[in-house]
Amino acid sequence: MREVLLALLHKEPAHGYELKGAIESMFGEVWPAVNVGQIYSTLGRLERAGLVRSATVSQASRPDKRVFELTAAGGDTVRRWVDEVVPAAQLRGSFFDKLVLADRTRLADPIVLIDRQRREYLRRLAELGELAGVAQGLAARLAVEGAVLHLQADLRWLDFCEDALTSHQKRNGDTDG
Amino acid sequence: MADLLRINDLHRHFRLGDSLVRAVDGVDLRVGEGEFVSIMGPSGCGKSTLLYLVGGLDRPTGGEIHFGGRRVDQLSRTGWAKLRRGRIGFVFQTFNLVENLTVAHNVQLQGVLAGGSRRAVRRRAIGLLEELGVSDKAKALPALLSGGQRQRVAIARALMNDPPLLLADEPTGNLDSATTTEVLGLLKRFHAAGRTIVVVTHDPRVATAAQRVVTMRDGQVVDEARLDGGTGRPLTLDRLIES
Repeated sequence: MREVLLALLHKEPAHGYELKGAIESMFGEVWPAVNVGQIYSTLGRLERAGLVRSATVSQASRPDKRVFELTAAGGDTVRRWVDEVVPAAQLRGSFFDKLVLADRTRLADPIVLIDRQRREYLRRLAELGELAGVAQGLAARLAVEGAVLHLQADLRWLDFCEDALTSHQKRNGDTDG
Repeated sequence: MADLLRINDLHRHFRLGDSLVRAVDGVDLRVGEGEFVSIMGPSGCGKSTLLYLVGGLDRPTGGEIHFGGRRVDQLSRTGWAKLRRGRIGFVFQTFNLVENLTVAHNVQLQGVLAGGSRRAVRRRAIGLLEELGVSDKAKALPALLSGGQRQRVAIARALMNDPPLLLADEPTGNLDSATTTEVLGLLKRFHAAGRTIVVVTHDPRVATAAQRVVTMRDGQVVDEARLDGGTGRPLTLDRLIES
């Protein structure tokens, strides 16, 4: 939330409800609903940290509003954040551990684990196929495609694991016999 | 759901030099009327051979195929040709259009072979090409079409005689991602309209458009995943991004 607000204020000064509207139009489909209280409390923290400042603007026919804008330090912070490279995703540990252990300790048949995991990924991919049909905005379409491509990679990795384990078992079988 | 297709202990073995290849090696499979099933597996696992056996384009060396309650694996060549013309539509990875016939004639050919009246055949072909968004290419030769357009024409041809069963072998294998999405949309639409579909693919995105994914390995069915009626909380857009 912190960086999102800083980035929006980098574009132009705004008050709380404008920020809420901007967040909803950009991320509305892919984020759970944001409440304005959460936005104001984050703005308060950013103000105490010297990253934003606010001024009360009086309006003729409406109550006064508090308009927030970025300070120089806030501008530096958000530019540093946006320029930072995000580390590449790691392999999900839990299934990896199960697979290696199943093979080496005979706790379970690793091929059975792979089949079960593949079913899970396929079901998830089917759900994403449905979501692709309802994703409207840019953020939603990017998110769905990202999730689809990740799952395709996961599925290919399962195929690789299966091949590697099968030929490993065959080789061991040969040396045993 | 009644079975439209029932396969019992199907085999397709052949000799290659000194060795025996077990392309399909004891497959049991049932496909219900109106069901959409996909078959996945590494190349060489026998999935395409299985589809060809089901469509009568190859003959089994053992086992049975029942279609609509009738045993068909022992049909003669002409028996199969007749069954395919009226009851089974086939879509190939390489489209297999007749290159010296126009798009419209490619589609109409199936109807004419099945004995439809010229007028009715022409009207249906035009309707299908419109439905598939390629009616403006009706008079063009296939060579002038993009891959996606060719596959649409091939689908129109497969649907010409309104077959209850549509078989597709890697239908998106030669298509880019955007065109794949379009062809997927078409398959889903025809399934929603009540058609039974069996698609062989290595593309998980295509496979998961189906209700059930069958996995093959070394000529055998080794796993099956039902994709409808999941147990967990359905996925929503606001749960895709990890925070």
